[in-house]
Amino acid sequence: MSQLVTQQSDHPRPWGIMAEFDTPAKIMQAAKHVHAAGYRHWDCHTPFPVHGLDKVMGIKPTILPVMVFFAGLTGCTLGLILQWFTNASTFDMWLIVFVRGYDFLISGKPMMSGPAWIPVIFESTILFAAVSTVALMLLMNGLPRLYHPTLKNRKFLRASEDRFFVVIEVRDPQFSQDQTEAMLKELDPISIEMLED
Amino acid sequence: MNLNQANNDQLRLGGLATKIAVPALIIGLLGLAVSVIFPLVRGGENGWEQLFRSYLTSFIFVLTLSLGALFFVLIQHLTRAGWSVVIRRLAEAVAANLTWLWILFVPVVYIMMTGNGAILYDWADPTHLRHDPVLKAKSPFLNPEFWSIRAVVYFLIWGLAGYYFYRNSVKQDETGDVQFTHRLQRWAPIAVILYALTQTFASIDWIMSLEAHWFSTMFGVYFFAGSCCGFFALLCVMMYFTQRFGKLTNEISFEHYQDAGKLLFAFGVVFWAYIAFSQYMLIWYANIPEETGWYIARQLGAWKTVSIVLLAGHFVLPFLLLITKHTKRAKLILTLIALWMLLMHFVDVYWLVMPHVPADALANAQTYQELEQLTADSGSLGFAPHLLDLTCLVGMLGVFIAITALRLRKCALMPMQDPRLSESLSFENI
Repeated sequence: MSQLVTQQSDHPRPWGIMAEFDTPAKIMQAAKHVHAAGYRHWDCHTPFPVHGLDKVMGIKPTILPVMVFFAGLTGCTLGLILQWFTNASTFDMWLIVFVRGYDFLISGKPMMSGPAWIPVIFESTILFAAVSTVALMLLMNGLPRLYHPTLKNRKFLRASEDRFFVVIEVRDPQFSQDQTEAMLKELDPISIEMLED
Repeated sequence: MNLNQANNDQLRLGGLATKIAVPALIIGLLGLAVSVIFPLVRGGENGWEQLFRSYLTSFIFVLTLSLGALFFVLIQHLTRAGWSVVIRRLAEAVAANLTWLWILFVPVVYIMMTGNGAILYDWADPTHLRHDPVLKAKSPFLNPEFWSIRAVVYFLIWGLAGYYFYRNSVKQDETGDVQFTHRLQRWAPIAVILYALTQTFASIDWIMSLEAHWFSTMFGVYFFAGSCCGFFALLCVMMYFTQRFGKLTNEISFEHYQDAGKLLFAFGVVFWAYIAFSQYMLIWYANIPEETGWYIARQLGAWKTVSIVLLAGHFVLPFLLLITKHTKRAKLILTLIALWMLLMHFVDVYWLVMPHVPADALANAQTYQELEQLTADSGSLGFAPHLLDLTCLVGMLGVFIAITALRLRKCALMPMQDPRLSESLSFENI
């Protein structure tokens, strides 16, 4: 860790270029421009959700809901299997081990009894869907992330107050110091700054 | 958003109202007339019983539509919702129907007060009470006089609430005074408490007491879930046809459809199934005769099929269809699903009101299997779809649609001066 820090302070590597805007309309226009120019490793930072910004940025809709649906389906199936296995199963394993569920007769209901099982199936569906929503969201976001190069910039503090930022990363194949800066300048920003890693 | 004179005819029903109302009213009155004439011509006790059962089914169906609308309007003011303003007037107009729906209930109160209440409700027959200690014990609450007084109280509260919330919203159109919004927001919590109490007791009085031995503390909530299902489905359909007729085309966007679809999904599908299952499971598990009777009536003969149709068509199918946002944002698809849910809601009401195990079958059967055999092939369980079911439904829906359209003729199709209108116009989900 300490090695990393000294390395950073000795040789500041450029990480990206940041343009600051003061209205939602301007950042919408800037985002439209940057997307049209074909950049791929870039992002917008705004103090509040700007409606339609992700559409303009060309961000594809998330597949999280589909994954959550199948996680829920998995939970549903597992809840069913769990109850069948513990209550109503009887089978031989490799002809040696004889497995039998714990047959607990409750008020004369059948061992495999739909209505009684539904609450457990319901809850396990919810559990799987809810946990996988949060876990997959974090995974796909790359969160939790404790460090980000933008956080070193003093001006960027206003991203949570009243300023809107476009940040284009150096690793983008289209990136070139002069051309990218010139393009951002045309968009009428308040300031343009280099970010260091 | 430009709200000037130029697009004013987009915001009003205008001549369209009479074009909808006149045929609807003619068909409606015709339907009701045929329904009344039928038992007079065919005669017999059965004719009247069939008429009143069918009549009550259809009445409960249209009543739940308006009660769901009233709930929607109240909850918008309670939460100070911004998104829903452009579609709130449609709900207000449907809720305002509660001011006249009592007229359709007068025949039921009339038979109750003239001593013929036993056509529908066993407990209304005084000779019956003599050898039925359970009904006798319940008679301080379930007697024709008190029952009728309660009905008056329910309609008084609903009618006043429906009228008040419609009237003040329309008045705001003219003056734009924010005071109206404040006033409605002040009354909403009181009205919603009264709404919860009255709709619970009404469901007990009018549906649950059809089988007066049976009781379920869940019943009021089940009725409420059904109301929401009916109204939110109706709301989707109303939004679609309003736009099909070229009204509110710029104002209602698929963002509003998605939210109406969410409400239909949440209340009409998931919440309904949750409540229905909770009620069923407790009774099924405890397996006490005084509680299971009601469900036995609904799993004998053809009613078993209807129960399964409800499970599949009121929950499983719409659950899978509405779970994704793509169907909720597609106007036509959502409308088709909503029409299906309206049909399912009618089947649900039918399933609540109609089944009736005849007393002699119950008396003669020693076991459940015998009861099943005794009632296997007969229409004696009340499952005999009848022409009257259709004519009553068409009759009441016709009148319902006609009066809703006429009411909307008198005002704009959305609250024009609501302080949250611009929020609603630019509403986006994500």
